[in-house]
Amino acid sequence: MSQIIFSVLLAITIGIFAYSAFRIYQLFKLTKPAYPVKDFGKRIKRTIVNAFLQERIFRNRIAGIMHALVFWGFCMILFGSIEMVIDGVAGTERALSFAGVVYDLLMAAIDIFAYIIAILIVIFIIRRSLLNIKRLHGKELSKKNHIDAYIALSFILILMITLAGMNIFYLAGNSDTVGIYPVSSLIAPVFSSMSGDTIELLHNINWWAHIILIFIFANILPYSKHFHIFMSIPNVFFSRLTPLGKMTNMDSITKEVKLMMNPETAFAAAPEGEAAPARFGILDIEDVTWKNYIDSLACTQCGRCTSVCPANITGKELSPRKMIIDIRRRMKDKGNHLVKEGKDYADGKSLIRDYISTEEIWACTTCNACAKECPLNIDHPTFILDLRRYLVMEESAAPAQLNAIFSNIENNGAPWQYSNQDRLNWTE
Amino acid sequence: MSEALSSKITVPVMADLFAKGEKPEYLFWVGCAGAFDNRYMKVAKAFASILNHLGTSYAVLGTEESCTGDPARRAGNEMLFQMQAMTNIEIFKMYEIKKVITICPHCFNILKNEYPDLGAEIEVLHYTEFLAEMIKTGKLKTDKSKLEGKTVTYHDPCYLGRANDIYEAPRFVINSLGLKLSEMHRNKSFALCCGAGGAQMFKDAEKGEKEIFIERTEEALETKADVIASSCPFCMTMLTDGLKYKNKEEEIKNLDIAELVAGALI
Repeated sequence: MSQIIFSVLLAITIGIFAYSAFRIYQLFKLTKPAYPVKDFGKRIKRTIVNAFLQERIFRNRIAGIMHALVFWGFCMILFGSIEMVIDGVAGTERALSFAGVVYDLLMAAIDIFAYIIAILIVIFIIRRSLLNIKRLHGKELSKKNHIDAYIALSFILILMITLAGMNIFYLAGNSDTVGIYPVSSLIAPVFSSMSGDTIELLHNINWWAHIILIFIFANILPYSKHFHIFMSIPNVFFSRLTPLGKMTNMDSITKEVKLMMNPETAFAAAPEGEAAPARFGILDIEDVTWKNYIDSLACTQCGRCTSVCPANITGKELSPRKMIIDIRRRMKDKGNHLVKEGKDYADGKSLIRDYISTEEIWACTTCNACAKECPLNIDHPTFILDLRRYLVMEESAAPAQLNAIFSNIENNGAPWQYSNQDRLNWTE
Repeated sequence: MSEALSSKITVPVMADLFAKGEKPEYLFWVGCAGAFDNRYMKVAKAFASILNHLGTSYAVLGTEESCTGDPARRAGNEMLFQMQAMTNIEIFKMYEIKKVITICPHCFNILKNEYPDLGAEIEVLHYTEFLAEMIKTGKLKTDKSKLEGKTVTYHDPCYLGRANDIYEAPRFVINSLGLKLSEMHRNKSFALCCGAGGAQMFKDAEKGEKEIFIERTEEALETKADVIASSCPFCMTMLTDGLKYKNKEEEIKNLDIAELVAGALI
C-alpha cells in the first residue's frame, strides 16, 4: 500500500517538476546565442574547483565556510534521499546498505551534516533577521524576496530535523542497525523507554515528512531564488573560460566594418540573403543570451557582487545583483507571454528604462569586481555592456561626454582632441 | 640613470626602421595617455628610457598609432571600436609586428584578449611583466639604495589584476627595488577600482554619496605609505586627483612603477 502511495506522490512530483522544467526550456528558447560551449576538460575542472570545492565562496571566509558545509552536507544527503526514493518505490529497507563500509561512512557523514546544517540554518535565520548585514538588505530586495529566503531556510531546517528524527528513531527502535550514526546514537537512548510501536510510528512520521517535504521543496524551487540549488552547478559549468577582461566580439558588426573598409564593397548594396540582426545589444528580454538567463536563475541574491561594486559602495544607483534579478523578473513578466502569444507580444515596457535605468547602466566602471566575487561565475559586466551597446548603437543615447570621445577617436584617433601629429611630443 | 628624464630622449620610430630594412623585436605601444596626458607622458618617457638603457630592440608607431578603441567599445560603440581595431591590425601586419609592450592596462587587455578576434596575431606584454622578466633574468639591475627604506602601496589596476590575473609581476618589481610594500585593505583580486574604467575616465560619475577615487585614495592613505604606486594612466589620474582633494599631494607621491624603476637604474 505505502509503495503505491509513494509511487503516486513521486509521479506527481516528477510530473509537476517536468512541467516547470519544460516552461523554463521554452523561455531558454527565446534567448540569443552567447558563445559556443567547448573545452569540456577545462569546464569539468572549473566545476570541480569552483562548485564542488567551493573555491570562490571562501573569499568571504566565515560565510564561505558556513556555505561550504551546507553544500557538502547536501551532496552527502542527496545519496540518502536517493536511497529513500528507492526504498519507497521498491518497498526495500535501506537499499544502498549493500555498499558496506562505504555505506557506514555515508550514513555517518549524513548524520553529522544533518545537525551541522540545522545549526547553520538557525544561524542564517538569526543573521538575516537580527544582524544588520548590509548585503542581505539591498533596496532591490522586495518583501517577497525576503519571504522567499525564509521559506527556503525553514524548509531546510525542517528537512534536517526530520532527517535527524529518522536516524534517532531508527536507532531507538532497532537492535541490529546498519550504518554509523555518530550524533544520533548519542540521542537515541533518550527514547529507549518508549514502546516499540510509538518509536516505529515516530520513525515513519519523520521518514514521510522528510521525503514529502523534499517533493514539495523541489517543486517550489523553480519559482524561488533557491532555484540556485539546481542551477548553480550548471551555471559554473557553462560559464565563460576567457579572461574577465575580454568582451565578446559582435560578429555582425565585423561583417559590416569589413564591407565598409573594403573599397570594392564600401558603396555596394548590402548582400542579399543575409538578415541583419534584429537589434544590436540588449533592450529587452528577447535580446538576452542564454548565459544572461541562466545567470539570473542561478543567482540566490547573496549580494556579494553588490557589496564589492565601487559604484554601489559610493552610493550610486547601480547594483549588479539588481541587474541579474531584473533579468529573471522581466523573463517572468514578458517571457511567458512571448511563449504563449508569439514573438509579437508587447506590453509597452522594456528591460531598459522600465526595469533598469540608464543611470545604472552608465555607472559601471567595468572593473569586474562583481564577476570576480560571484561564487557561481555570474557575468554581470558582459550584460551591462550589452545594454550599453543597445543604447549607443540603436539609440545613440550615450552621455554627451562619451559622444565627444567618440568623435575625437573618429577624427583624431584619440579620446582627447589632440592632433595625431603630436604623438611623439612626450619624447621631447 | 642612463638618460636624464628632463631632456629629450631618442625613441626609434617603426616607419624609420622599416625604411632602413630593420625589424625591431618589440612594438612599444604608447597609448593615448602616454602620448597626450601631461602626467603620463613622463611615464612613457621613463619606460622608453628603460628600454634604451637595456638596449632592447624596439620602436614606437608615433603618428601612425591610433586609439585601440577601448573606451569606445566599453561605452557601447562596437562599430567605432572595430574600425579602430582593424586599422591598427593592418598596421601591425604591414610592419610584421609580433610582440607588443604596452604601458596602459586597458590597451594591454584589448590588444591581448580582443584583437585576436579580429585577426591580430601578436604577443602582448604589459610593461610590468616585461620588467619583472628582465629583472629575473638579470638583464635589468637596479640600485636598491636609492629607494631603500621607503614604503609604497600598490594600487592594482582592474584591467591588469582581475581582468588578466596579473598581481605578482608589479609586486616583484617593487620588491626588487628595495621598497617596502604596504598593502591596502582591499588588494589584488579584491582591489577597489579607481573609478576610471569602462570609459568613466571621460565622463562625470553618476550621482552618489562619494567619488570612487576618493574612497580609494583614503584607503591608500591608511597604509601610511610614502608612495602610491600604480601601473595605469587612468589610475594615476584618479589617485593624483584624490591626493589633491585630500591636500596630500605634497607629502605623498603618486608614481608609476616605470618611474620607480627608471629612477633606480644602474
